Amino acid sequence: MRPFAFQRAAGPEQAVHLGADSAQGQTDTPVQFLAGGTTLIDLMKLDVLRPQRLVDLRDALGSHRSIICDERGLHLGAFATMAAVAAHAGVLESYPVIAQSLALAASAQIRNMATLGGNVLQRTRCSYYRDTSWSACNKRLPGSGCAAITGFNRNHAVLGVGPNCISQYPGDFAVALVALEADVSLSGPHGVRRMPFSLLHSPLGEQPQIEHSLRAGEIITGFSIPPGAWTRRSLYLKVRDRSSYEFALASAAVAMALDGDMVRAVRIGLGGIAYRPWRSVEAEQRLTGRPLTEANAEAAAAAALAGAQTQRDNVYKPELARRTLVRALLQARLLPAAASGA
Amino acid sequence: MPELSLLRMPNVSRRDLLTAGAALAAGAGILPSGADASIADLTQSGTMVPVRLLVNGKEADLLLDVRVTVLDALREHLDLTGTKKGCDQGQCGACTVHIDGQRVLSCLTLAVAVQGQRIDTIEGLAGANGGLHPMQQAFIDHDGFQCGFCTPGQIMSAVACVREGHAGSDTEIREYMSGNLCRCGAYPNIVAAIRQACTQMPGH
Repeated sequence: MRPFAFQRAAGPEQAVHLGADSAQGQTDTPVQFLAGGTTLIDLMKLDVLRPQRLVDLRDALGSHRSIICDERGLHLGAFATMAAVAAHAGVLESYPVIAQSLALAASAQIRNMATLGGNVLQRTRCSYYRDTSWSACNKRLPGSGCAAITGFNRNHAVLGVGPNCISQYPGDFAVALVALEADVSLSGPHGVRRMPFSLLHSPLGEQPQIEHSLRAGEIITGFSIPPGAWTRRSLYLKVRDRSSYEFALASAAVAMALDGDMVRAVRIGLGGIAYRPWRSVEAEQRLTGRPLTEANAEAAAAAALAGAQTQRDNVYKPELARRTLVRALLQARLLPAAASGA
Repeated sequence: MPELSLLRMPNVSRRDLLTAGAALAAGAGILPSGADASIADLTQSGTMVPVRLLVNGKEADLLLDVRVTVLDALREHLDLTGTKKGCDQGQCGACTVHIDGQRVLSCLTLAVAVQGQRIDTIEGLAGANGGLHPMQQAFIDHDGFQCGFCTPGQIMSAVACVREGHAGSDTEIREYMSGNLCRCGAYPNIVAAIRQACTQMPGH
């Protein structure tokens, strides 16, 4: 690991000031914010991230850890740990897809360390990004190319990819957030603002090294998930190489409101297969107003994966993702009828 | 080979031997010259920072390179070598300790970042009279290890698993212990040990 200066911000304003040179979406930023550290310290040891300065946020913003679940929806402080949110009774009851997306991720130790804000910003697990002995990686070395496209790409993305990057967004929680139309709250040099979570992760463009739309110095302070008749009948299904402590090969976040067998409203997110947290409006449209039969679920899944682009080793992914989504939808149908209210 | 003479000395642990070997190697100029240069540079560039850690109820004042993890502070600066370095990148769980009562990975935690927080390691687990913690005894009773390298991390994780209320069934134990890998494959015995200890730990 390279030397760095360590600063602990005393308050929110100082944190934003010290982080003015940060650019959280970029690998080569000279300043990085430290929260749980589970991604940052790992990538610094690997020499992928080489910040000259770390700004520890926990004193300044650690108070943003509240979990509020009421009729206005669910508000999650960005500094709440994954473990705390996964175990929260209100989240488990009213937003099971959120609790499950967190409980099925990482290990108990990492869930105790990792904050929600850091979790959604975790970097790809692409081995060509994480291993600096590979010279071609457009995320790590802008303009250098992509070693994964011609390399071992069994767990690389099939949606939202392009010839300059096929890396996969590895998280689970963000998939549930994007499906449930969450907002993200930010604090930055120009004050606070709120934006749709779906705008946080940048789509693949000419600059794969720019991963987020955060402005320099901006810090995530919270997430707000609106209430909805669909949040209780929800689940997160994760398919992976081993049954625990593993990233997804394919995953589905589904939430639905049913009238008998008729789909009144549905929200669908897909993980393990896309460049960024992925919501499938196409699949939602195929199901809304129709009975939730296996055939309709399959049609929705086919629509969700229609744009898939596969490489040599991940040709299995679209089919796995389709079956994962169908299974998730049919499992959600079997859940007990949601109680009234959100 | 000066190390060979140490092998015949009574009461010399493997750890003493490794330390002595490293000192001899350094003294003989065997370390690559680049390593010496980088250490000197770091000191000069002011990356050494005073750090006060609270470990097993005792305060320790250290002067550490800012990059030192809690794991390395314990092992290399406080001679608490019970906590093990397995992968050193957050994947194996051998380095598990408790910080403010929560199990965490000490290899991904900077020492400078946990000042003022309570760190508990395997060395602090036994009772004041030296008696084993129920979890330690359970690992012995059920043969919950073979080579033993992952064991301190397994035990620290297991104690937390019980305290969290996640030891209700074999399936739950397996899920909530999945962050601790055992290359010897002692998993069935580890699960059995935790099932035993969870009935013996105070308050559980």
